Amino acid sequence: MMLLLALGGGLGAVMRFVVDAAVARRNRFRVPLGTMLVNVTGSLVLGVVTGLLTAGTAESTDATVRAVLGTGFCGGYTTFSTASVETVRLWLAEGRGTGVRYAAATLVGSLAAATVGLAVAHLALTTTGAA
Amino acid sequence: MGVTGEPDRTPTRTDHPPRRRAPHRHPGLLALIFVGGALGTAARAALETASHAAPAGIPWVTLAINVVGSLLLGVLLELLARTGPDTGWRRGARLTLGTGVLGGFTTYSTFAVETVQRMTPDAFVIGLAYAFGSIVLGVAAAALGLTGARRLIAHRSPRRGSEAGR
Repeated sequence: MMLLLALGGGLGAVMRFVVDAAVARRNRFRVPLGTMLVNVTGSLVLGVVTGLLTAGTAESTDATVRAVLGTGFCGGYTTFSTASVETVRLWLAEGRGTGVRYAAATLVGSLAAATVGLAVAHLALTTTGAA
Repeated sequence: MGVTGEPDRTPTRTDHPPRRRAPHRHPGLLALIFVGGALGTAARAALETASHAAPAGIPWVTLAINVVGSLLLGVLLELLARTGPDTGWRRGARLTLGTGVLGGFTTYSTFAVETVQRMTPDAFVIGLAYAFGSIVLGVAAAALGLTGARRLIAHRSPRRGSEAGR
């Protein structure tokens, strides 16, 4: 399982790089929107994965899928270190206000996305009668 | 960590040399990121499974991973940026260690879900402390890494520092 999890993380990291490059080519602002998009969408997906598999039935299969998709793929896809460094760089280049707003927007966006993901998973489980 | 290898060793020499392949279309660079991301993710998973976080407590392991990863990324990027252009082995190292290993090691999604899970009436203060503590410590660690690396380089090679003109 650890191997699958690591492969998921590697795939997530590559996907983050591709998404970030695609956003950077179109981004006309000085704020690194690619990392923000990656962290928000990754939080949404992890919310769904966590919500669906917390109340899971088959303990072992659920645990494996959750580890590979959640800890592996979503963990490798999203990044905290780049968000921190980009906040510092924005702070230094564009002023404290821009840095703080970037960090706050990433935080609020990711928390909202994770909340939506968990809610969607909960809804899916209750409507299918699995919970 | 071994030598990352030269990502540009097989240049696609065509009749129009200025058209370099974009990094995200370069299979060699993507492979470096993949390997680095797999290693970083495995390291995080090993640390997370070694200690189970209390459901309503502060997830200390994720917090430590994210803060340490931010510090190391600050050091790495500043060291690479201050010692030469972002080409060849430097770009390989940045993508393998930075985008790959440290990007895979740290995680925003786990941090976000853990925070939301603590946004209950009972654990609300814990959730807030975890959220703001992670962000503030992460940014502070990254800033410390950047300035620390800058000073290290200025101290090690004062001539190069003045030549580069800061």
